[in-house]
Amino acid sequence: MSPAEPTGPDAAAASSSVPGAAAVPARRGSGLALLGSEVAVLFRRTRTIALLSALALIPVLLAVAVRVATDDDGSGGGPAFLGDITRNGLFVSLTALTVAIPLFLPLTVGVVAGDTIAGEASLGTLRYLLVTPVGRVRLLLVKYAGAALFCLAGTLVVVVVGAIAGAALFPVGPVTLLSGQTIGLGDYAGRMLLMALYVTISLLGLSAIGLFASTLTSVPVGAMAATVVLSTAAQIVDALPQLSFLDPWLFTHYWLGFADLLRDPISWSNFADNALLQAGYIAVFGALALGRFTTKDVLS
Amino acid sequence: MSDGTGPRPDAGLAVQTEGLGKTFGRQRAVADLDLAVPQGSVYGFLGPNGSGKTTTIRMLLGLTSATSGTIRVLGGAMPEQARDVLPRVGALVEGPAFYPFLSGRANLVRLDSGDRRAPTSTRRARVDAALDRVGLGHAADKKAHAYSLGMKQRLGIANALLMPRDLLVLDEPSNGLDPQGTREVRALIRSLADDGTTVLVSSHLLAEVEQMCSHIGVMSAGRLLTQGTLDDLRALGTHRVRVLTPDPDLARGVLTRLGLVPDGSGSPALPASPDAPDAPAAPAATGSAGAVRVEADLGVEGLAPETVVAALVAADVRVRGFEVAGASLEDRFVDLTGEGFDVAG
Repeated sequence: MSPAEPTGPDAAAASSSVPGAAAVPARRGSGLALLGSEVAVLFRRTRTIALLSALALIPVLLAVAVRVATDDDGSGGGPAFLGDITRNGLFVSLTALTVAIPLFLPLTVGVVAGDTIAGEASLGTLRYLLVTPVGRVRLLLVKYAGAALFCLAGTLVVVVVGAIAGAALFPVGPVTLLSGQTIGLGDYAGRMLLMALYVTISLLGLSAIGLFASTLTSVPVGAMAATVVLSTAAQIVDALPQLSFLDPWLFTHYWLGFADLLRDPISWSNFADNALLQAGYIAVFGALALGRFTTKDVLS
Repeated sequence: MSDGTGPRPDAGLAVQTEGLGKTFGRQRAVADLDLAVPQGSVYGFLGPNGSGKTTTIRMLLGLTSATSGTIRVLGGAMPEQARDVLPRVGALVEGPAFYPFLSGRANLVRLDSGDRRAPTSTRRARVDAALDRVGLGHAADKKAHAYSLGMKQRLGIANALLMPRDLLVLDEPSNGLDPQGTREVRALIRSLADDGTTVLVSSHLLAEVEQMCSHIGVMSAGRLLTQGTLDDLRALGTHRVRVLTPDPDLARGVLTRLGLVPDGSGSPALPASPDAPDAPAAPAATGSAGAVRVEADLGVEGLAPETVVAALVAADVRVRGFEVAGASLEDRFVDLTGEGFDVAG
């Protein structure tokens, strides 16, 4: 198209497939309006509230169960830290995160990430968003940002509700780290937030996979199921010794590696490896989603 | 691409396509479409179900890519210049669609916040104005899933009116509306057109298109059969003369001598149709109620209506009324697309 030279900034933004470059358009204010709208629609939705409530139930049930079952001071099996809860309620958050990571968090993230584009397509609102016009790249970025925010919200719910439930049912005191030192409540709170951040980052790769799956279909349940199944499959592969050569490439590989944040000094190697791995998944599946969505015929 | 092969931008056209085609697998949905929607027109996009209207509209709006051909909307190439073109276009595509868990108002706010050119400060006021304009002001805070089909349709039209638009693309806008709502939509479209907005409205309701459109394009099986002004399309068909007279036999004789074939020869006298409801019970009475309508196709080449009148008067036929009517658009439509609304396969 030769006559299309006057649109300098538009052409630059449109031709750029680098997410970072397109995220900062000339008129930034109204770009954020869509993000605000997306976040409002996402978090006011009954389904999202139900998902977050289900996540909140995990630490509550855990704390209550431990409280009821261990009146006789028995510390039997169960996940790590379970026995520690009776001595210090602050471990409820940690235990709940450990329980939630393999299944419940990926499940909720799969629902939200799988719904991003396919949900709009199935409602038919996708065509109206695109005609508005919301550029396809911008829509994808906003949708991914919404899913990432949900990862953070879900993780924080588990951690915060866990802290409250733990404090309500068990004694609370200074925490002894895995490396032996004892730290105060303020310091421990900081570590818990770091852990929430770690888990959030762990889920970003899965969110990118869900986003890509969501661009492939206009049936949201299909994209959700595909995402959840992939996360489970990756964990199974991770557990098979015969396939151990794949481990460092699995997006689930570092999911339970946050215990290093409970050492002093903090060991950052897992954090960094995990962040790098997740960034790789975001890049690959983000690019796939972009490639698919920007060329897709929207027929729904 | 050189200017020689692309469409010459015509400033007078709001929508212009050249050789537009779309193929899904082996199925040719649209082929070789040269659409020309003049600025300021109300363009009726007619065609049976499955004739490619919605596919064309999707291509015009950049929702699907064209397999071949070029598109210009409001002077800008689509989809390349969608960012500049689409904010000036309001659209209702293949039925309204909303978030069922949001209220009507919240739905419009949501879609409006996607438009970078829509000022945030006036969003609330513009949403309310659009809701009032389609008569949904009182239902604005109901959840969209509680809306009836007609209300959703109205909400969809409100969405197209959130910003001042140069072009409105309305796909079957009166679908699901009651007769009252249909009238309102028609009036709305007319008032928008009076403000200078170009309206492209697809429909299979011929009578409706006839009532509100200035231009028409007829699609069938993915091809544009004809397009032009409403009068152009009507002129393609045969015309009929209608004579209202108390001397039907005399009139028939005159028409026959002119080479026409009057119908209803020998049929009993009927009350004049224009005021039939008011006609007295006894049609044989004298006065206007005694007049009979005699019709004939004006099929003879070069025969002017005034010649017919002159001949009638010269033969002392008492002419109480004379009318030249074009064929109904429905006749033309069926002529073009064939009988039977089979879905094109």
